[in-house]
Amino acid sequence: MLTQLTHDIATMTRRRALAATAGLVLGLAASSPFSPAQAADDTIKVGVLHSLSGTMAISETTLKDTILFLIDEQNKKGGVLGKKLEAVVVDPASNWPLFAEKARELITKDKVAVVFGCWTSVSRKSVLPVFKELNNILFYPVQYEGEESERNVFYTGAAPNQQAIPAVDYLMKEEKVKRWVLEGTDYVYPRTTNKILEAYLKSKGVAPEDIMINYTPFGFSDWQTEVSKIKTFGSAGKKTAVVSTINGDANVPFYKELGNQGIKATDIPVVAFSVGEEELAGIDTKPLLGHLAAWNYFESIKTPANEKFIKEWQAYTKNPKRVTNDPMEAHYIGFNMWVKAVEKAGSTDPDKVIDALPGIETPNLTGGVAKMLPNHHITKPVFIGEIKGNGQFDVVWKTPGLVAGDAWSKELEGSKDLIGDWVGKKCGNWNTKTNKCGGQGS
Amino acid sequence: MLVHCSDRVRALLLAVLLLTCLVVPALAGPFEDSVAKFANDDFSDTEAAIGEVASSGNPLASTILSALQDGRLSADPDTKKIFVTRSDGKIIDAATGAAVDKLSDNVADVRVNNRLRRAIEAALGGLTLLSSDPAKRLAAAQSVFKSHEENLLPTVESALAKETNKSIKQALAEARAAIILFKSDASDSDKLDAIAVIKARGDQEALALLNDVGTDQPALVTKAASSAISSIQSNLAMWSMVQNAWYGLSLGSVLLLAAIGLAITFGVMGVINMAHGEMVMLGAYTTFVVQEMIRTRYPALFDYSLLIAVPLAFLVAGAIGVVIERTIIRFLYGRPLETLLATWGLSLVLQQAVRTMFGPTNREVGNPSWMSGAFELGQITITYNRLWILCFTLAVFAILLAMLRYTALGLEMRAVTQNRRMAASMGIATSRVDALTFGLGSGIAGIAGVALSQIDNVSPNLGQSYIIDSFMVVVFGGVGNLWGTLVGAFTLGIANKFLEPVAGAVLGKIAILVLIILFIQKRPRGLFALKGRAVEA
Repeated sequence: MLTQLTHDIATMTRRRALAATAGLVLGLAASSPFSPAQAADDTIKVGVLHSLSGTMAISETTLKDTILFLIDEQNKKGGVLGKKLEAVVVDPASNWPLFAEKARELITKDKVAVVFGCWTSVSRKSVLPVFKELNNILFYPVQYEGEESERNVFYTGAAPNQQAIPAVDYLMKEEKVKRWVLEGTDYVYPRTTNKILEAYLKSKGVAPEDIMINYTPFGFSDWQTEVSKIKTFGSAGKKTAVVSTINGDANVPFYKELGNQGIKATDIPVVAFSVGEEELAGIDTKPLLGHLAAWNYFESIKTPANEKFIKEWQAYTKNPKRVTNDPMEAHYIGFNMWVKAVEKAGSTDPDKVIDALPGIETPNLTGGVAKMLPNHHITKPVFIGEIKGNGQFDVVWKTPGLVAGDAWSKELEGSKDLIGDWVGKKCGNWNTKTNKCGGQGS
Repeated sequence: MLVHCSDRVRALLLAVLLLTCLVVPALAGPFEDSVAKFANDDFSDTEAAIGEVASSGNPLASTILSALQDGRLSADPDTKKIFVTRSDGKIIDAATGAAVDKLSDNVADVRVNNRLRRAIEAALGGLTLLSSDPAKRLAAAQSVFKSHEENLLPTVESALAKETNKSIKQALAEARAAIILFKSDASDSDKLDAIAVIKARGDQEALALLNDVGTDQPALVTKAASSAISSIQSNLAMWSMVQNAWYGLSLGSVLLLAAIGLAITFGVMGVINMAHGEMVMLGAYTTFVVQEMIRTRYPALFDYSLLIAVPLAFLVAGAIGVVIERTIIRFLYGRPLETLLATWGLSLVLQQAVRTMFGPTNREVGNPSWMSGAFELGQITITYNRLWILCFTLAVFAILLAMLRYTALGLEMRAVTQNRRMAASMGIATSRVDALTFGLGSGIAGIAGVALSQIDNVSPNLGQSYIIDSFMVVVFGGVGNLWGTLVGAFTLGIANKFLEPVAGAVLGKIAILVLIILFIQKRPRGLFALKGRAVEA
């Protein structure tokens, strides 16, 4: 509270200085007596970099609340290294360049020890140079397209081999799917994921004419033509499924159109990678019965840890209907890993924590153990859930064990020889063929 | 529990099953055993139970299976008893049919997956072919057509002999044809007849079935099948043009609905109103609030919720529009750049206000029963919600046009926008008319929000996705002309839907934008340019 106030005063002072055309230098100088650094001795600051306004607020606000909740719980247990944790929340407003500015502000001005944040890949790419330059830590909680391993970033969401590939395997084995529609929103995550999936399907003997790839713009709402295209594609006499990487808001009209045109999950199942409990909260799910989602966590999974987490979360938010979802679990895991690593290193110094993190193990909410790997990805179980009438998922399949996250896809020509190893090789894109650091992504 | 149940658990369950059989030998017959399998919470046991129950001939079989299909079948894991909650809320014991008062707390729904749903559909198809309810018979015939189970042929034939309803008879004949086509010992001439029946059906499901005819069939049959396929395909290609036209009309109606309010505030008044989309959003949120009230207090009125929401949305958005005009816009007339910036800022304020009040997540607005589902017209599917939105849009357009033409307020509005000074000297209170005109445009945007809540997300960002399209329509149609907006919206909608299958959704949209830019180069005032002195004003 106090630092928030000094922060405000600092900002005000600077604005006034600017208004008086005294220039930026004077502005910074004027604010320095109020610098929050002096308060940093008795607390450890944790940065929260999630959009609270704009398009992405729909997904990211929950994650901000999650971190506040986790900090609250940790402080009840006595904090970390004998100090209380203190959240510094900023709003990058779904504006990608603003993400970088706010990250810089968190690290240089608020002197945070770690940042939890970002949702879209483009926002992560936007803050990457800042984290590298200022040497801080980012925990990124969302499933993404892979093809990246950075020293300063810890990826607690799923890589494609922890979500997309097992989902396709499930459809091939259990639903005997022979024809595939890869339907996605037109941006980097669906395009890369579909490229990986296309290569994977072809390696499994699927003919090119049995794969249809469609892209639609962000926020697309008129799905009539796309859905009837899917219907036509599905009438070729072979079992057909849709693999959906449709993002965000566009999902609701898509599913509504599927329901209205009478495409049932028993005819053409849709497996989605971006539709969770939170997204379903806005639709009547009865027509969607049986459509699938692949995640590493579902709220409906019955384990003592999960039940406790849901109960405390609903008590914290004072909303008995508040749902939980996969990226929330990723933050739960990431936060606990960071706490353990800080305690192991005995310091919040980013270099020491980055070195301490690989190898850290912490229980996840579904009864398994998440381990931080040398490539900064974690081990996760993969679940396939079917949508139920009440907006929850019924788990119908899970991988027998935990799946280790691959930073670089084994399906793609350019990346199959690359590995990320920040322990032995100290390199994010080590080429195992040439035994050199570098290659794609360097 | 998951699909792969460990052997130990399975053995244990088997032991429990055996034990229950031993304890109550008098009660437990084979049917009871089959039903008890539902309690195992194992997908393969459930599948076995479905098959056994379906072939048991027990009168409760179809009740149990349809309850399982609708998620009304529940099991007590401890006592292994299975219960059916009937659609009227009464609970019966599935094995005996005896009424049960109350379910204990640990009773859970029997879970199914897609494989099981297909099994249930096929099993129910066989069971309900002879049902007394015509709708059930039709559904059964259609599911037999899809599953073409060979052993159902006698049932289908006896149902066909008894059937009097023409459309069900047709469906049964098609189901019979589907079975014969895949029956290994059917004669070639029977199969050729079957192909003719399926060809006459001519839809995508017929196509899927014919595509399934393998090369192991006699050459005569495969040849007939492939010629039937090509004839169906060419027929469907023709229908797909009709379908594109319909999709275009429907997209056009959505564009028109979103743009029609802007045609007043921007078109008639000349205010570059970037907050127009937020008025649409407010209308959608009004619908949400109305539905919430109805859900908690008067659930029976749910089907009328949209009718109640329309006037309320008009009032809410209209009132906010009047307030905006009085407090901000009236100071900015004649300064388009400032208006643009001020209304843009205003749109952000309104979005964030709604986000703070209702939360950032989507709100659920339900579809009343008369707006859900679809019907078939020839070989195209027309969804009810799109059809109603088209009708609604045209009605709103007609009412607005009549209002501007025949009412005193409409006359005053036209007078003020055509020549403000003259109108003022004739005694018209121009500032009052300005406020009301802006309120009218905003109110109509609010009404649009009610309809759009049926096809899009109700979230604070709802309006943003329509603002560009709305401006596009109004500028393309010709600023200041309502008819231009109408023609512009439908032209853009239809052009977009004919481009989309060829170019894809992303390129299609880009192509439309390029075409509009080229068109505006040629005709800067849009399709229907206003002529005369009003243009110069």
